Amino acid sequence: MNNQRRNVLRLTSVIALMASTGLITSAQAAEWNKAAFEGKNLDDVLKAMGGTKPETSADIIMRAPDIAENGAVVPVGVETKLKATQIAILVEKNPSNLAAQFMLPAGAEAFVTTRVKMGQSSNVHALVKADGKWYIATKEIKVTLGGCGG
Amino acid sequence: MADPMRIRAAEKDGIVDVKVLMKHDMESGQRKDAAGATIPAFFIQTVIAQVKGKTVFTAEFGPAVSKDPFLNFKFKGAAKGDEIVVDWVDNSGDKRSDKAKIS
Repeated sequence: MNNQRRNVLRLTSVIALMASTGLITSAQAAEWNKAAFEGKNLDDVLKAMGGTKPETSADIIMRAPDIAENGAVVPVGVETKLKATQIAILVEKNPSNLAAQFMLPAGAEAFVTTRVKMGQSSNVHALVKADGKWYIATKEIKVTLGGCGG
Repeated sequence: MADPMRIRAAEKDGIVDVKVLMKHDMESGQRKDAAGATIPAFFIQTVIAQVKGKTVFTAEFGPAVSKDPFLNFKFKGAAKGDEIVVDWVDNSGDKRSDKAKIS
């Protein structure tokens, strides 16, 4: 039993050491939140991210078109005055709701833009975690050509 | 390593604005090929940006991020001439690391 404990300790400290010296990149050492990305709806995703019922916030600005001509490439931007540590973009009608999430360490601005695929017209939610609380803003984006090859 | 990404980082009034364009198919796992077989999900999962060994931004992508992912973010605490390093890893374990000087 002692040997097993020793080996586990040795392995975890080696990985930590490898990550800190850059032998494996931080990206590989980072955890990808599988449960969140498998969430089929807003509640499931929030639960997987350790969040609770979000408060609607007028301080979250979503920059996205009202109508997206190409559902395969829909630009979505989220910015907020809130002191955000985490931002997530969810597409309600997509098979997996969570499109992407962003972790903001100290110094990062609460601002992000990316492009997502939308299978059909849908509500798009921006979730923001600030000071340990979760906030949400929603925008409906109509899609003329679905983005999942269907 | 996979195809290189394009990184543009510009500092103004203390804020560095970073735009990254990554090269990746980002298959959602929803599409079927001509024979009717589902094309497996193949997508970038994590993206980490660092300056002088300190993480300045992290992104986790799902298969719904568009092909050739684009990312624009901003942060404080770096100066012109500093180097920003961006790493990504996809769900097959493939990775890519690129850097750019902040202009």
